[in-house]
Amino acid sequence: MTNLMNRRDLLKLTGMGVAVFVSGTAARAGGFRPQKNESFYFVQLSDTHWGFNGPNINPDSQGTLKKAVAAVNALDDQPDFVVFTGDLTQTTDDRKIRRDRMAEFRDIVSQLKVKTVRFMPGEHDASLDRGEAYHEFFGDLHYSFDHNGVHFITVDNVSDPMAAVGEKQLQWLQADLKQMKRDSRIVVLTHRPLFDLAPDWDWATRDGAAVIDTLMPYSDVTVLYGHIHQEHHHMTGHIAHHAAKSLMWALPEPGSVPKKAQIPWDASAPYKGLGFRDVEAEVAQARYEIEEFPVTKG
Amino acid sequence: MKKITHAVLVAASAGFLMQQGVVRSVAREARNNEQVIRISASTFEYKPGEITVKKGVPVTLELISQDRHHGFKLPEFHLQANVQPGVVEKIRFIPDKAGKFTFFCDVFCGDGHEDMSGTLTVIE
Repeated sequence: MTNLMNRRDLLKLTGMGVAVFVSGTAARAGGFRPQKNESFYFVQLSDTHWGFNGPNINPDSQGTLKKAVAAVNALDDQPDFVVFTGDLTQTTDDRKIRRDRMAEFRDIVSQLKVKTVRFMPGEHDASLDRGEAYHEFFGDLHYSFDHNGVHFITVDNVSDPMAAVGEKQLQWLQADLKQMKRDSRIVVLTHRPLFDLAPDWDWATRDGAAVIDTLMPYSDVTVLYGHIHQEHHHMTGHIAHHAAKSLMWALPEPGSVPKKAQIPWDASAPYKGLGFRDVEAEVAQARYEIEEFPVTKG
Repeated sequence: MKKITHAVLVAASAGFLMQQGVVRSVAREARNNEQVIRISASTFEYKPGEITVKKGVPVTLELISQDRHHGFKLPEFHLQANVQPGVVEKIRFIPDKAGKFTFFCDVFCGDGHEDMSGTLTVIE
Protein backbone atom coordinates (compact mmCIF):
# COMPACT_ATOMS: atom_id res chain seq x y z
CA MET A 1 0.00 0.00 0.00
CA THR A 2 1.34 3.39 -0.84
CA ASN A 3 1.74 6.16 1.62
CA LEU A 4 -0.75 8.21 -0.41
CA MET A 5 -3.37 5.51 -0.08
CA ASN A 6 -2.79 5.41 3.63
CA ARG A 7 -3.32 9.10 3.87
CA ARG A 8 -6.57 8.99 1.88
CA ASP A 9 -7.88 6.12 3.95
CA LEU A 10 -7.12 7.96 7.12
CA LEU A 11 -8.81 11.10 5.88
CA LYS A 12 -11.90 9.12 5.03
CA LEU A 13 -11.90 7.57 8.46
CA THR A 14 -11.32 10.70 10.44
CA GLY A 15 -13.44 13.04 8.35
CA MET A 16 -11.96 15.96 10.19
CA GLY A 17 -9.55 17.43 7.73
CA VAL A 18 -6.68 15.88 9.59
CA ALA A 19 -4.62 12.91 8.59
CA VAL A 20 -2.81 11.06 11.33
CA PHE A 21 0.21 8.88 10.75
CA VAL A 22 1.30 6.45 13.36
CA SER A 23 4.91 6.11 12.33
CA GLY A 24 7.27 8.55 10.74
CA THR A 25 10.39 6.49 10.51
CA ALA A 26 10.70 6.92 6.75
CA ALA A 27 9.11 10.29 6.45
CA ARG A 28 10.56 13.68 5.73
CA ALA A 29 13.03 12.04 3.39
CA GLY A 30 12.62 14.79 0.89
CA GLY A 31 10.07 15.96 -1.61
CA PHE A 32 7.98 18.23 0.60
CA ARG A 33 9.24 21.75 0.57
CA PRO A 34 7.02 24.42 2.05
CA GLN A 35 6.49 27.51 -0.02
CA LYS A 36 5.93 31.00 1.25
CA ASN A 37 2.27 31.66 2.01
CA GLU A 38 1.39 28.09 1.21
CA SER A 39 1.89 24.87 3.06
CA PHE A 40 4.49 24.54 5.75
CA TYR A 41 5.30 22.28 8.61
CA PHE A 42 6.36 22.58 12.18
CA VAL A 43 7.45 20.16 14.88
CA GLN A 44 5.73 19.65 18.23
CA LEU A 45 7.65 18.30 21.21
CA SER A 46 6.03 17.94 24.59
CA ASP A 47 6.41 16.95 28.20
CA THR A 48 10.17 16.75 28.29
CA HIS A 49 10.22 16.93 32.12
CA TRP A 50 13.85 17.91 32.28
CA GLY A 51 15.13 17.09 35.78
CA PHE A 52 13.05 13.95 36.21
CA ASN A 53 14.93 11.06 37.78
CA GLY A 54 13.41 7.58 37.77
CA PRO A 55 15.57 4.76 36.43
CA ASN A 56 12.65 2.34 36.27
CA ILE A 57 10.65 4.78 34.18
CA ASN A 58 13.34 6.26 31.96
CA PRO A 59 16.97 5.25 32.60
CA ASP A 60 17.98 7.70 29.88
CA SER A 61 16.31 10.71 31.45
CA GLN A 62 19.45 12.75 30.81
CA GLY A 63 19.65 11.73 27.19
CA THR A 64 16.16 11.48 25.75
CA LEU A 65 15.64 15.18 25.09
CA LYS A 66 19.08 15.46 23.54
CA LYS A 67 18.28 12.52 21.25
CA ALA A 68 15.03 14.16 20.22
CA VAL A 69 16.85 17.40 19.43
CA ALA A 70 19.29 15.42 17.30
CA ALA A 71 16.41 13.64 15.57
CA VAL A 72 14.74 16.95 14.68
CA ASN A 73 18.07 18.29 13.44
CA ALA A 74 18.41 15.19 11.26
CA LEU A 75 15.15 15.80 9.40
CA ASP A 76 15.96 16.33 5.74
CA ASP A 77 13.69 19.33 5.49
CA GLN A 78 13.86 21.51 8.53
CA PRO A 79 10.55 22.72 9.97
CA ASP A 80 9.57 26.37 9.91
CA PHE A 81 9.50 26.32 13.69
CA VAL A 82 9.42 24.05 16.73
CA VAL A 83 6.89 24.26 19.54
CA PHE A 84 7.13 22.77 23.03
CA THR A 85 3.69 22.25 24.55
CA GLY A 86 4.56 22.40 28.23
CA ASP A 87 6.12 20.50 31.10
CA LEU A 88 9.52 21.50 29.87
CA THR A 89 10.89 20.71 33.33
CA GLN A 90 10.01 18.44 36.22
CA THR A 91 8.42 20.32 39.08
CA THR A 92 10.29 21.08 42.28
CA ASP A 93 9.62 23.09 45.42
CA ASP A 94 13.12 24.52 45.25
CA ARG A 95 13.22 27.89 43.47
CA LYS A 96 16.90 27.52 42.54
CA ILE A 97 16.56 23.99 41.20
CA ARG A 98 13.54 25.07 39.17
CA ARG A 99 15.60 27.79 37.53
CA ASP A 100 18.59 25.49 37.07
CA ARG A 101 16.40 23.02 35.24
CA MET A 102 14.94 25.71 33.03
CA ALA A 103 18.41 26.99 32.19
CA GLU A 104 19.61 23.48 31.35
CA PHE A 105 16.54 22.82 29.23
CA ARG A 106 17.05 26.09 27.37
CA ASP A 107 20.69 25.24 26.71
CA ILE A 108 19.79 21.83 25.29
CA VAL A 109 17.08 23.07 22.95
CA SER A 110 19.33 25.89 21.79
CA GLN A 111 21.08 23.13 19.86
CA LEU A 112 18.10 22.89 17.50
CA LYS A 113 19.02 24.00 14.01
CA VAL A 114 15.67 25.73 13.77
CA LYS A 115 15.97 29.00 15.58
CA THR A 116 12.29 29.85 15.82
CA VAL A 117 11.20 27.93 18.90
CA ARG A 118 7.92 28.57 20.70
CA PHE A 119 7.36 27.61 24.30
CA MET A 120 4.46 27.32 26.67
CA PRO A 121 4.30 26.14 30.25
CA GLY A 122 2.95 22.97 31.80
CA GLU A 123 1.84 22.64 35.39
CA HIS A 124 5.26 21.26 36.32
CA ASP A 125 6.84 24.50 35.09
CA ALA A 126 4.40 27.06 36.34
CA SER A 127 1.80 25.93 38.85
CA LEU A 128 3.82 26.23 42.05
CA ASP A 129 4.94 29.82 41.45
CA ARG A 130 2.17 30.91 39.07
CA GLY A 131 4.63 31.09 36.21
CA GLU A 132 7.21 33.40 37.78
CA ALA A 133 10.31 31.38 36.89
CA TYR A 134 8.88 30.33 33.54
CA HIS A 135 8.33 33.98 32.62
CA GLU A 136 11.91 34.82 33.51
CA PHE A 137 13.22 32.23 31.08
CA PHE A 138 10.66 31.94 28.32
CA GLY A 139 8.52 35.06 28.36
CA ASP A 140 4.75 35.35 28.14
CA LEU A 141 2.66 32.40 29.23
CA HIS A 142 -0.02 33.08 26.64
CA TYR A 143 0.34 34.85 23.31
CA SER A 144 -0.50 34.56 19.65
CA PHE A 145 1.45 34.72 16.44
CA ASP A 146 0.86 34.29 12.73
CA HIS A 147 2.70 32.09 10.31
CA ASN A 148 1.99 31.66 6.61
CA GLY A 149 -1.70 32.36 6.92
CA VAL A 150 -2.31 30.42 10.12
CA HIS A 151 -3.10 32.16 13.38
CA PHE A 152 -1.55 30.37 16.35
CA ILE A 153 -2.83 30.98 19.87
CA THR A 154 -1.12 29.64 22.97
CA VAL A 155 -3.46 29.19 25.91
CA ASP A 156 -2.12 28.92 29.46
CA ASN A 157 -4.18 26.48 31.52
CA VAL A 158 -1.49 25.68 34.07
CA SER A 159 -0.17 28.75 35.89
CA ASP A 160 -3.33 28.71 37.95
CA PRO A 161 -2.76 25.56 40.02
CA MET A 162 -6.47 24.88 39.79
CA ALA A 163 -6.01 24.22 36.06
CA ALA A 164 -8.09 27.17 34.95
CA VAL A 165 -7.59 29.62 32.11
CA GLY A 166 -9.29 32.37 34.05
CA GLU A 167 -11.55 35.24 33.12
CA LYS A 168 -8.75 37.66 32.27
CA GLN A 169 -7.16 35.32 29.74
CA LEU A 170 -10.56 34.45 28.32
CA GLN A 171 -11.15 38.12 27.65
CA TRP A 172 -7.76 38.32 25.97
CA LEU A 173 -8.66 35.31 23.84
CA GLN A 174 -11.95 36.87 22.80
CA ALA A 175 -10.18 40.10 21.84
CA ASP A 176 -7.53 38.19 19.92
CA LEU A 177 -10.13 36.21 17.99
CA LYS A 178 -12.09 39.34 17.11
CA GLN A 179 -9.33 40.17 14.66
CA MET A 180 -9.93 36.91 12.83
CA LYS A 181 -12.42 36.05 10.13
CA ARG A 182 -14.82 33.24 10.88
CA ASP A 183 -12.99 31.02 8.40
CA SER A 184 -9.47 31.96 9.48
CA ARG A 185 -7.06 29.11 9.97
CA ILE A 186 -6.57 28.85 13.72
CA VAL A 187 -4.33 26.51 15.69
CA VAL A 188 -4.53 26.55 19.48
CA LEU A 189 -1.49 25.34 21.40
CA THR A 190 -2.00 24.45 25.02
CA HIS A 191 -0.89 21.99 27.68
CA ARG A 192 -3.91 20.36 29.26
CA PRO A 193 -6.85 19.07 27.27
CA LEU A 194 -9.51 21.75 26.93
CA PHE A 195 -12.24 19.13 27.12
CA ASP A 196 -12.98 16.67 29.91
CA LEU A 197 -10.86 13.78 28.74
CA ALA A 198 -10.44 12.21 32.19
CA PRO A 199 -11.05 14.71 35.01
CA ASP A 200 -10.37 12.09 37.69
CA TRP A 201 -6.89 11.73 36.18
CA ASP A 202 -6.42 15.50 36.15
CA TRP A 203 -6.86 15.47 32.35
CA ALA A 204 -9.10 18.48 31.95
CA THR A 205 -9.22 22.27 32.17
CA ARG A 206 -11.70 23.63 34.70
CA ASP A 207 -13.01 26.31 32.39
CA GLY A 208 -12.02 24.56 29.18
CA ALA A 209 -15.64 24.59 28.04
CA ALA A 210 -15.55 28.39 28.03
CA VAL A 211 -12.47 28.32 25.80
CA ILE A 212 -14.13 25.89 23.41
CA ASP A 213 -17.29 28.01 23.36
CA THR A 214 -15.16 31.02 22.43
CA LEU A 215 -13.53 29.09 19.60
CA MET A 216 -16.70 27.44 18.33
CA PRO A 217 -17.84 30.24 15.97
CA TYR A 218 -14.64 29.80 13.96
CA SER A 219 -14.89 27.13 11.32
CA ASP A 220 -11.27 25.99 11.15
CA VAL A 221 -9.81 25.38 14.60
CA THR A 222 -7.35 22.68 15.59
CA VAL A 223 -5.98 22.22 19.11
CA LEU A 224 -2.57 20.67 19.80
CA TYR A 225 -1.73 19.85 23.38
CA GLY A 226 0.37 17.63 25.66
CA HIS A 227 -0.03 16.62 29.31
CA ILE A 228 -1.38 13.11 28.78
CA HIS A 229 1.89 11.62 27.43
CA GLN A 230 0.35 9.78 24.50
CA GLU A 231 -1.14 10.34 21.11
CA HIS A 232 -4.87 11.00 21.34
CA HIS A 233 -7.46 12.45 18.98
CA HIS A 234 -10.85 13.86 19.86
CA MET A 235 -13.51 16.11 18.36
CA THR A 236 -15.65 18.68 20.15
CA GLY A 237 -18.07 19.66 17.41
CA HIS A 238 -15.92 20.66 14.45
CA ILE A 239 -12.85 21.38 16.61
CA ALA A 240 -10.15 18.71 16.52
CA HIS A 241 -7.93 18.07 19.56
CA HIS A 242 -4.67 16.16 19.19
CA ALA A 243 -2.48 15.17 22.15
CA ALA A 244 1.25 14.54 21.71
CA LYS A 245 3.57 11.97 23.19
CA SER A 246 6.02 12.78 25.94
CA LEU A 247 9.79 12.76 25.78
CA MET A 248 10.21 11.33 29.28
CA TRP A 249 7.56 8.70 30.10
CA ALA A 250 4.37 7.26 28.70
CA LEU A 251 1.02 7.06 30.45
CA PRO A 252 -1.81 4.54 30.02
CA GLU A 253 -4.86 5.20 27.90
CA PRO A 254 -7.52 7.18 29.75
CA GLY A 255 -9.60 4.92 31.96
CA SER A 256 -7.69 1.78 30.98
CA VAL A 257 -6.40 1.11 34.49
CA PRO A 258 -7.87 1.90 37.91
CA LYS A 259 -5.08 4.27 38.84
CA LYS A 260 -2.99 6.39 36.53
CA ALA A 261 0.69 5.52 36.75
CA GLN A 262 3.80 6.00 34.68
CA ILE A 263 4.46 3.11 32.33
CA PRO A 264 7.74 1.43 33.31
CA TRP A 265 10.65 1.38 30.89
CA ASP A 266 10.63 -1.62 28.57
CA ALA A 267 14.22 -2.71 28.07
CA SER A 268 13.17 -4.80 25.07
CA ALA A 269 11.73 -1.69 23.42
CA PRO A 270 13.62 1.37 24.64
CA TYR A 271 11.77 4.71 24.30
CA LYS A 272 8.53 2.87 23.55
CA GLY A 273 5.63 5.29 23.74
CA LEU A 274 7.87 8.33 23.55
CA GLY A 275 8.35 10.58 20.56
CA PHE A 276 7.55 13.81 18.81
CA ARG A 277 5.49 14.80 15.81
CA ASP A 278 5.48 17.02 12.83
CA VAL A 279 2.44 18.86 11.62
CA GLU A 280 2.07 19.76 7.98
CA ALA A 281 -0.28 22.67 7.53
CA GLU A 282 -1.90 22.71 4.13
CA VAL A 283 -3.25 26.17 4.55
CA ALA A 284 -5.41 26.50 1.44
CA GLN A 285 -7.17 23.22 2.13
CA ALA A 286 -7.47 23.89 5.88
CA ARG A 287 -5.91 20.52 6.41
CA TYR A 288 -3.27 19.30 8.82
CA GLU A 289 -1.26 16.15 8.55
CA ILE A 290 0.22 14.84 11.75
CA GLU A 291 3.11 12.44 11.59
CA GLU A 292 4.51 10.73 14.67
CA PHE A 293 8.22 10.13 15.08
CA PRO A 294 10.09 7.97 17.58
CA VAL A 295 12.81 9.50 19.74
CA THR A 296 15.43 7.86 17.61
CA LYS A 297 15.23 6.73 14.04
CA GLY A 298 13.87 3.21 13.95
CA MET B 1 -28.24 14.58 45.55
CA LYS B 2 -28.16 17.43 47.99
CA LYS B 3 -24.93 19.29 48.34
CA ILE B 4 -24.25 22.09 50.73
CA THR B 5 -20.80 23.62 50.70
CA HIS B 6 -19.73 26.30 53.11
CA ALA B 7 -16.36 27.42 54.27
CA VAL B 8 -15.86 28.41 57.83
CA LEU B 9 -12.96 30.63 58.70
CA VAL B 10 -11.74 29.24 61.93
CA ALA B 11 -8.01 29.68 61.82
CA ALA B 12 -7.77 29.46 65.55
CA SER B 13 -9.89 26.35 65.87
CA ALA B 14 -8.24 24.56 62.97
CA GLY B 15 -5.32 23.52 65.10
CA PHE B 16 -7.71 22.61 67.88
CA LEU B 17 -9.61 20.27 65.62
CA MET B 18 -6.51 18.39 64.64
CA GLN B 19 -5.22 18.24 68.20
CA GLN B 20 -8.35 16.44 69.33
CA GLY B 21 -7.27 13.30 67.52
CA VAL B 22 -10.56 13.03 65.71
CA VAL B 23 -9.08 11.95 62.38
CA ARG B 24 -10.53 8.51 61.92
CA SER B 25 -11.45 6.27 59.08
CA VAL B 26 -15.03 5.52 60.04
CA ALA B 27 -17.44 8.38 60.36
CA ARG B 28 -18.80 9.18 63.76
CA GLU B 29 -22.49 9.89 63.83
CA ALA B 30 -23.27 13.27 65.28
CA ARG B 31 -26.64 14.73 66.08
CA ASN B 32 -29.41 14.07 63.59
CA ASN B 33 -27.54 10.98 62.39
CA GLU B 34 -25.05 13.10 60.48
CA GLN B 35 -21.70 11.46 59.77
CA VAL B 36 -18.84 13.88 60.38
CA ILE B 37 -15.36 13.16 59.04
CA ARG B 38 -12.34 15.37 59.44
CA ILE B 39 -9.73 15.03 56.70
CA SER B 40 -6.26 16.49 56.85
CA ALA B 41 -4.46 17.17 53.57
CA SER B 42 -0.70 17.48 53.27
CA THR B 43 1.91 16.75 50.63
CA PHE B 44 0.92 14.31 49.23
CA GLU B 45 -1.76 12.45 51.14
CA TYR B 46 -5.05 12.67 52.91
CA LYS B 47 -5.44 11.46 56.48
CA PRO B 48 -7.49 9.38 56.66
CA GLY B 49 -7.10 8.13 53.13
CA GLU B 50 -9.76 5.47 53.56
CA ILE B 51 -13.21 6.59 54.67
CA THR B 52 -16.31 4.50 55.28
CA VAL B 53 -19.81 5.97 55.53
CA LYS B 54 -23.37 4.66 55.46
CA LYS B 55 -25.56 5.04 52.44
CA GLY B 56 -28.41 7.49 52.86
CA VAL B 57 -27.01 9.11 55.99
CA PRO B 58 -25.88 12.72 55.56
CA VAL B 59 -22.11 13.25 55.60
CA THR B 60 -20.14 16.33 56.50
CA LEU B 61 -16.52 16.40 55.44
CA GLU B 62 -14.31 18.86 57.29
CA LEU B 63 -11.21 19.50 55.21
CA ILE B 64 -8.08 21.37 56.22
CA SER B 65 -4.57 21.58 54.81
CA GLN B 66 -1.50 21.15 56.96
CA ASP B 67 0.89 22.84 54.57
CA ARG B 68 -0.24 24.35 51.25
CA HIS B 69 -3.14 24.80 48.90
CA HIS B 70 -4.66 21.44 47.98
CA GLY B 71 -7.88 20.37 46.36
CA PHE B 72 -10.47 17.75 47.09
CA LYS B 73 -12.52 16.28 44.30
CA LEU B 74 -15.02 13.44 44.52
CA PRO B 75 -16.53 13.27 41.03
CA GLU B 76 -19.07 10.53 41.75
CA PHE B 77 -20.87 12.87 44.14
CA HIS B 78 -20.06 16.10 42.27
CA LEU B 79 -18.00 17.42 45.16
CA GLN B 80 -15.07 19.79 44.89
CA ALA B 81 -13.34 21.97 47.47
CA ASN B 82 -10.27 24.10 47.86
CA VAL B 83 -8.35 23.02 50.92
CA GLN B 84 -6.27 25.75 52.49
CA PRO B 85 -4.14 25.99 55.62
CA GLY B 86 -5.98 27.68 58.43
CA VAL B 87 -9.40 27.19 56.90
CA VAL B 88 -11.82 24.37 57.61
CA GLU B 89 -13.79 23.69 54.47
CA LYS B 90 -17.04 21.85 55.14
CA ILE B 91 -18.83 19.82 52.51
CA ARG B 92 -22.16 18.21 53.24
CA PHE B 93 -23.77 15.58 51.06
CA ILE B 94 -25.88 12.46 51.23
CA PRO B 95 -24.24 9.36 49.72
CA ASP B 96 -27.03 7.84 47.68
CA LYS B 97 -25.15 4.89 46.22
CA ALA B 98 -22.97 2.17 47.68
CA GLY B 99 -19.50 1.33 46.45
CA LYS B 100 -15.91 2.50 46.47
CA PHE B 101 -15.17 5.95 45.09
CA THR B 102 -11.88 7.73 44.60
CA PHE B 103 -11.28 11.28 45.77
CA PHE B 104 -8.17 13.17 44.78
CA CYS B 105 -6.34 16.48 44.81
CA ASP B 106 -7.22 18.64 41.81
CA VAL B 107 -4.96 21.58 42.68
CA PHE B 108 -1.41 20.99 41.46
CA CYS B 109 0.65 20.85 44.63
CA GLY B 110 4.04 19.41 43.67
CA ASP B 111 5.96 16.35 42.59
CA GLY B 112 3.68 13.86 44.32
CA HIS B 113 0.44 15.60 43.36
CA GLU B 114 -0.72 12.85 41.05
CA ASP B 115 -0.51 10.27 43.82
CA MET B 116 -2.60 12.29 46.24
CA SER B 117 -5.84 10.40 46.46
CA GLY B 118 -8.05 8.39 48.78
CA THR B 119 -11.09 6.15 48.80
CA LEU B 120 -14.59 6.71 50.07
CA THR B 121 -16.48 3.48 50.77
CA VAL B 122 -20.25 3.74 51.04
CA ILE B 123 -21.86 0.74 52.72
CA GLU B 124 -25.53 -0.28 52.76
